[in-house]
Amino acid sequence: MSKQHFIQYLLHLADNGLILGQRLGEWCGHGPVLEQDIALTNIALDLIGQARLMYQYAADLQGDGATEDTLAYLRTERAYRNVLLVEQPNGNFGDTIMRQFLFDVYNFLNYEALKGSADERLAAIATKSLKEVRYHLRFSSEWVIRLGDGTEVSRDKMLAARDTLWRFTGELYTPSEIEREMIGLGIAPDWSSMADTWKARVKEVFSEATIPVPEDGWMHTGGKDGHHTEHLGYLLTDLQYLQRTYPEAQW
Amino acid sequence: MVNAIGTKQEVMDILETVKDPEIPVVSVVELGMIRDVRIANGVVEVDVAPTYSGCPALDVIPILIREALEKAGHHPVEVRNVISPPWTTDWITEAGHRKLKAFGIAPPVERTTDASFLSQEDKVVPCPFCNSEHTRMVSRFGSTPCKAAYQCNACLEPFDYFKCH
Repeated sequence: MSKQHFIQYLLHLADNGLILGQRLGEWCGHGPVLEQDIALTNIALDLIGQARLMYQYAADLQGDGATEDTLAYLRTERAYRNVLLVEQPNGNFGDTIMRQFLFDVYNFLNYEALKGSADERLAAIATKSLKEVRYHLRFSSEWVIRLGDGTEVSRDKMLAARDTLWRFTGELYTPSEIEREMIGLGIAPDWSSMADTWKARVKEVFSEATIPVPEDGWMHTGGKDGHHTEHLGYLLTDLQYLQRTYPEAQW
Repeated sequence: MVNAIGTKQEVMDILETVKDPEIPVVSVVELGMIRDVRIANGVVEVDVAPTYSGCPALDVIPILIREALEKAGHHPVEVRNVISPPWTTDWITEAGHRKLKAFGIAPPVERTTDASFLSQEDKVVPCPFCNSEHTRMVSRFGSTPCKAAYQCNACLEPFDYFKCH
């Protein structure tokens, strides 16, 4: 196995958590009510904590002075391997909940399968993370149902959120070349056989929320290979500002 | 100078004095975070199970452990983070449960192996102040990652619930 490819795979998993965590962190102090403000930032903490475990692993493998911080803060946009869904802007609370739900279903199934990864350290990280993600999924599912099956206004907003974000869901279960290599080695889960499970889980919650599942159309991909939507650059400007301006600044 | 390294029990006694910075009434031992203590070749090794991946206290706790042991004359000290098997609230001790409740935090009402946990039903969480079972969840997420926000319908007091994990 190419060590570099495995590192890229770890970065893909870590970047998903870091970027979505950063997005959720933008809600801090702006949530619709205090409890949900706290909930979103708690989820952000979990996601960033999980990403740290993965960055630490990647840094150990890479050596050469790499640390979790250099990997999180000092790469350029094209080096990030997160899926496009997680970098999409927060929009309104419904948009954020829809993005969270679509990702949580994926994240839950992914970690559940990664528990059986041929790589022991990755399997341990997945086992630990799954406990937290299970809770995220419960939270976002409840809110999709509450807002989808809510008032006319909340339902319209959830339908609009679905229409904006659905085009980014195909990437979740479409393996990149590096993922295919990792699937072959028993390290990564084989999403070609898990895509139906993802769709079934989403459909279950959507039907309770009275939200129709859209027909699959054109799907955007590329995030896993470093081709991002324009939103990521702005996000990274914010995320990296301090380390770029004051290199090696410590808390 | 050569320091007396002491026994494993002495080390555990010192660790009992190391409190969680977010919940200063329970020790890291009572929270079930100490997985192993080894004393070998003059080195005290402590295995710590981190609770939540993103808990800000996680970076502080190893420092507090090291400080407490060094202050008592134990060194060198090595603190290792052990994530497998992952920490669970099932490891919180009886004393830990009692102290959480006395502090106003409802301790976990079930174990991760209980059917109610596995089926994701929400169990009744008694109020830590008046013991009423007439309580409601306000939010799945509370003031720290390990807690949910509840309110008692009987005495109206809001409280934190240390959720089953």
